[in-house]
Amino acid sequence: MNTNEMKQKAKSPPPASGAETLSEHESMFRIITKKFFQNKLAVLGLIILLVIISSAVLAPWLATHDPNAQSLTDRLAPPSADNWLGADHLGRDIYSRILYAGQMSLWVGFAAMLSATTIGVVIGSIAGFFGGWVDAVLMRIVDIIISFPSIFLLITIISVFRPAPSMLIVVFGLLSWTTTARLVRSEFLSFKEREFVLAARTLGLPTRRIIFGHILPNAIGPVIVAATLAIGMFIIAESTLSFLGLGISPPTATWGNMLSDSQDLTIFLTAWYYPFFPGLMIFITVLSFNFVGDGLRDALDPRVMEK
Amino acid sequence: MTTTPLFETKNLKKYFPVKGGILNRTKAEVKAVDDISFAINPGETLSLVGESGCGKSTTGRAVLRLEEPTDGEITFNGEDFRSLSKSELRDKRKDMQIIFQDPYASLNPRQKVKQILDEAMAIQGVVPKKDRPARIRELMDVVGMRPHQAERYPHEFSGGQRQRIGIARALSVDPKLIVCDEAVSALDVSTQAQVLNLLRDLQRKYDLTYLFISHDLGVVRHISDRVAVMYLGKIVEIADKKSLFDSPRHPYTRALLSAIPVPDPDEKSERIVIEGDVPSPMDPPSGCRFHTRCPFATDICKQEDPELRKTGDMADDHQAACHHMEEIVAQYGTTPTLPEEVGNE
Repeated sequence: MNTNEMKQKAKSPPPASGAETLSEHESMFRIITKKFFQNKLAVLGLIILLVIISSAVLAPWLATHDPNAQSLTDRLAPPSADNWLGADHLGRDIYSRILYAGQMSLWVGFAAMLSATTIGVVIGSIAGFFGGWVDAVLMRIVDIIISFPSIFLLITIISVFRPAPSMLIVVFGLLSWTTTARLVRSEFLSFKEREFVLAARTLGLPTRRIIFGHILPNAIGPVIVAATLAIGMFIIAESTLSFLGLGISPPTATWGNMLSDSQDLTIFLTAWYYPFFPGLMIFITVLSFNFVGDGLRDALDPRVMEK
Repeated sequence: MTTTPLFETKNLKKYFPVKGGILNRTKAEVKAVDDISFAINPGETLSLVGESGCGKSTTGRAVLRLEEPTDGEITFNGEDFRSLSKSELRDKRKDMQIIFQDPYASLNPRQKVKQILDEAMAIQGVVPKKDRPARIRELMDVVGMRPHQAERYPHEFSGGQRQRIGIARALSVDPKLIVCDEAVSALDVSTQAQVLNLLRDLQRKYDLTYLFISHDLGVVRHISDRVAVMYLGKIVEIADKKSLFDSPRHPYTRALLSAIPVPDPDEKSERIVIEGDVPSPMDPPSGCRFHTRCPFATDICKQEDPELRKTGDMADDHQAACHHMEEIVAQYGTTPTLPEEVGNE
């Protein structure tokens, strides 16, 4: 390039104008929602989840029976006008129990996800932003937790303490934050050297503001995806524990302990609807969470956002 | 020089440790910036030029303490910039700003332009809250954008527009010195010219001082008052623009200048092709760092590190670091290039 050439060119073009920008003014949020709604499976998953969540919330109004009321004459009754999805081995209405079980299963899933994600985000941010020995210490703790045979630890903790929902949530949270922490840490490692973060430092922004105002909002996409997928994982984990008799104790219904109650050859052969419907609910719910998680992953991908 | 410099750095060093082994000990050091000194007068543009990896960007970041320097003095406005504590440094930040190379990475994608500018002003307390919307409109206008565009997100702008927003952000805190780190290198040529002219207009309007870092000699010639040439972490030649471009003394500067394309098909090309690659800054050559590639190198170059100095006929503030300046000038004169046969040796 030559000076004269540049001077000539500099004269001709008009000052920058809005003409070259995108004609439509779109906010980040609109782009994300638009991309999400282009994914049909994700939308289907979202609709199913909304139905499941609202049916759990509205259980007191939707249920036809008291979920814990036993009626020994109706034991293992097949689906009928009275018991829409049949009755269990104590004559309780399966439909009503499934609605109430949804409350508990979803609550455990959400709350465990929230606690695991919160711990993970905080630890991951600190490790990634400050680096050095702080990072080394925190990541060794992560390694230790990952190396635990967690299913045995879970069983031990839960058999020592009473298996209450809050207990399950705390234990799930304490054992599963490591993935999120690693995820957040790696995002922080890459973002803290990014030029807009350097610019924020040059402007004299305090560390707190840089972490929460600049890095975290950009790093949160993958965390949302992981959190969505984690809810499904926790629902399965709760079912697994219930199946082993270590989950939430009866009579409180969860999809998991309904399944475990139905583990009996006679029931399998004569009352297929008892294990079938709770199992179906777990399957549909977890699948929907996974669809939504995948949809969010695509929608939040910053590479697609940058035109 | 009669004026007191706005900014001065002496013996600035930035070494990056290379760690390894079981105990994570420092095995070696990358001497990215190795003992450089320069000063910038108020209202002046000093350019740092050199090829990739010569330490020019690291210098820019070290003088702002974005990368804490390993050693050396930094004086800004008569004040020792390196002894400031973290909180004192935050308050002083507003005097020195930076514009980055990559306009796509330098703006937070989650903030509207207006939030970016507002945050900068709020943190340094330069403009009271109620006056900020007006100031944002003014800043947008100053950098040649429309005020309503402040409502948009960075992804809605082109590279050149983003660079203007980066400039507006730097200006929002009324800085005295702006480090332009390859500020136009990522833009296409016509946008480059617009942004360069904007930078020059702003300099006149607000009496700004620039440390302009670039590898592009055409751009440097356009904007600089003085130029410092860097090679492997050291300044090899520093001079006012005219002296440097018209009578370069260091063989490396001569080679760089001969590489500028001349838009004249009839002009005989006298390019000096420097052989080989830049040596590793982890293990820089002894003596003069350029001796491995210099056509004039002798034994003294391998042993002694040349100091920046001025010989008889050089302009007042022109200095170069070469043992053989006098002989080269005696033999080949001070034309910006060298005769072809020398370069092809």
